[in-house]
Amino acid sequence: MTSMTFARAINAGLRKSLDHDPKVVLLGEDIGALGGVFRVTDGLQKDFGKHRVVDTPLAESAIVGAAVGLAYRGYRPVVEIQFDGFIYPAFDQIVSQVAKLHYRTRGAVKMPITIRVPFGGGIGSPEHHSESPEAYFTHTSGLRVVTVSNPQDAYTVIQQAIASDDPVLYFEPKRRYHDKGEVDEAAGLDAADPMGQARVLTDGTDVTLVAYGPLVKTALDAASAAADEGISIQVIDLRSLAPVDYDTVVASVRKTGRLVITHEAGQSGGLGAEVAASITERCFYHLEAAPVRVTGFDIPYPYSKLEMHHLPGLDRILDGVDRALGRPNSLSGLEG
Amino acid sequence: MSTDETGQGGAQAHEGAGEFQEPGLSGVPVQKLVQLITPAGERVSHPEFDLWVQDITDEQLCSLFEDMTVIRRIDVEATALQRQGELALWPPLLGQEAAQIGSGRSLRGDDFVFSSYRENGVAYCRGVDLTDLLRVWRGNASGGWDPYAINMATPQIIIGAQTLHATGYAMGIQNDGTDSVAVTYFGDGATSEGDVNEAMVFAASFQAPVVFFCTNNHWAISEPVRLQSHIQLADRAAGFGIPSLRVDGNDVLAVMAATRVALDRARRGGGPTFIEAVTYRMGPHTTADDPTRYRDANELEDWAAKDPISRVAALLERKGLLTSELQDHVRNSADTVAREMRKGCTTMPDPQPMDVFKHVYSAPNSWLDRQQDHYARYLASFGDPAGAVSEEGAR
Repeated sequence: MTSMTFARAINAGLRKSLDHDPKVVLLGEDIGALGGVFRVTDGLQKDFGKHRVVDTPLAESAIVGAAVGLAYRGYRPVVEIQFDGFIYPAFDQIVSQVAKLHYRTRGAVKMPITIRVPFGGGIGSPEHHSESPEAYFTHTSGLRVVTVSNPQDAYTVIQQAIASDDPVLYFEPKRRYHDKGEVDEAAGLDAADPMGQARVLTDGTDVTLVAYGPLVKTALDAASAAADEGISIQVIDLRSLAPVDYDTVVASVRKTGRLVITHEAGQSGGLGAEVAASITERCFYHLEAAPVRVTGFDIPYPYSKLEMHHLPGLDRILDGVDRALGRPNSLSGLEG
Repeated sequence: MSTDETGQGGAQAHEGAGEFQEPGLSGVPVQKLVQLITPAGERVSHPEFDLWVQDITDEQLCSLFEDMTVIRRIDVEATALQRQGELALWPPLLGQEAAQIGSGRSLRGDDFVFSSYRENGVAYCRGVDLTDLLRVWRGNASGGWDPYAINMATPQIIIGAQTLHATGYAMGIQNDGTDSVAVTYFGDGATSEGDVNEAMVFAASFQAPVVFFCTNNHWAISEPVRLQSHIQLADRAAGFGIPSLRVDGNDVLAVMAATRVALDRARRGGGPTFIEAVTYRMGPHTTADDPTRYRDANELEDWAAKDPISRVAALLERKGLLTSELQDHVRNSADTVAREMRKGCTTMPDPQPMDVFKHVYSAPNSWLDRQQDHYARYLASFGDPAGAVSEEGAR
């Protein structure tokens, strides 16, 4: 076990994949000498060369489109999109090409492309640097979408994403980049949880609290605070957003009868809506209350002085827990 | 504005000398159009480009004539199949035979093609199975063939998107240290797309072995090329630091020469080349289009006089090669291909309902597996699964 930051853990995972498979190539803006604006690719170009860690011109559609061509040629490209809000120029290549080529070619052409996207807010940045665009991609068939919440998963899942023959969007919670955790670099992928599997983090009996990415830590803090009030919360880290591992969530909700989902992205049409609908379909007779969503607002990501109002924090999550439990809460007395 | 003012139309453009200067716009210098066979079938010499086709024997010239005739026949047959309800849609290539055969026959087997949906003649050169050529247009699949079987990606419908794939593929060739080339085909309309411009930026930056083959057929559905560009398309390449050639796209030898120049440069590590093949879309955009709504019949007449096949026939005649044996052989060859293609089309097995779920992912996916399971149960609830999707319903 080694203690390392989240960013370092992704770096170590990338390094291992580059070492393991000569077909792995990295593409992105500023990922070479600079090591990426978050230093996630620090030192990789120096060790693996400019042909495997490629600084590209500033054109996101071309970065992803070139990755498609490389995948055609048998490579496993790993693309870095510098910030969440910069992914949209590449949207067409991701949605119309990366996601659909396997289907279009009836399985003849594989698209083992990993698209790394630092996402989420909380770092005091200007516009376009704090978005949570995951639902655009979870709604796109042909893609797998994952996010990680701790250095060990960051290290393991990036390798699993690269090894996947399907394209994977790998969302990195940028405000957790500097959080430290223990990482077992010796552990192989065989022993790891499968990439699509959710993980139960705390054993609880009163409420199921579903979170992913940057809010997993917040959810754990909320569960800990709730425990002081005698409320037992089962926290689930979804890890995979497409597909969602509903079996794990269903098992928990059948036990607790109550569901709270939290994410930074806006509420309408988000992952929370999908999870709430699917769990209601599968657990209707086990639910004691309507599923509750605690999410960002349906607004453009706000200027940084107000971002903590937009981002679900510990207290807002606990307020949602109170709603699920029918305890006094901010909306008490409000109908519908 | 008339077409002539753009320097991209005009009957005079292909007559006379083998090369000529066309008027430019906006003070931008223009390129000379490379021509080796005039519309009248006269072989005109060119000090530079002759060298690139001097190995073409009379026999090979006859073969190019045959290829162009065959793909025109394929095109006519496919259009008929669409009219007869056997295909949902077809994008005709009429008029573009020289551009497709001249370039397609210049490629090596290990080169890789990323094309638009109109390069069915190029696919023919790559050895595509004729049934596979129609699979998409019959609605039986989203892609007709295994790209690795003929080293050609299936047709790209998103305009210009494939140019990036070619560039990435070429970067892979560079990494692999081989001398094959990625060739991408796109139209005049595509040159306005961001992807095509980004592809040229990347290709130039990495000096990737890619050939940008721009078929300027003058029309992007109803929009004339002058709406896309105020300068000749070939001249845009200079802005990216990419050398370009502007060739008579109805001249199979000129196209072949230009393609060979570009391929040779790429194989030697000289990076990308942009080729503008100036031709004309004689037919509609697709069988769903009606060009009489937007273009002048006179323009069509002008271009009919520059037909790519007639000029090779005229050249063969001048050389005494257009024998009745050759003509019979070519006609038989075209008829055989058309017959085979029609049979392949009409006997193509329909896809099965559950095929709709196949190949979305390469490994199991719990979301889709569940939907697939539920739909199978739904279908099974009908005695005849066809009833499940009839418009009137089966209840």
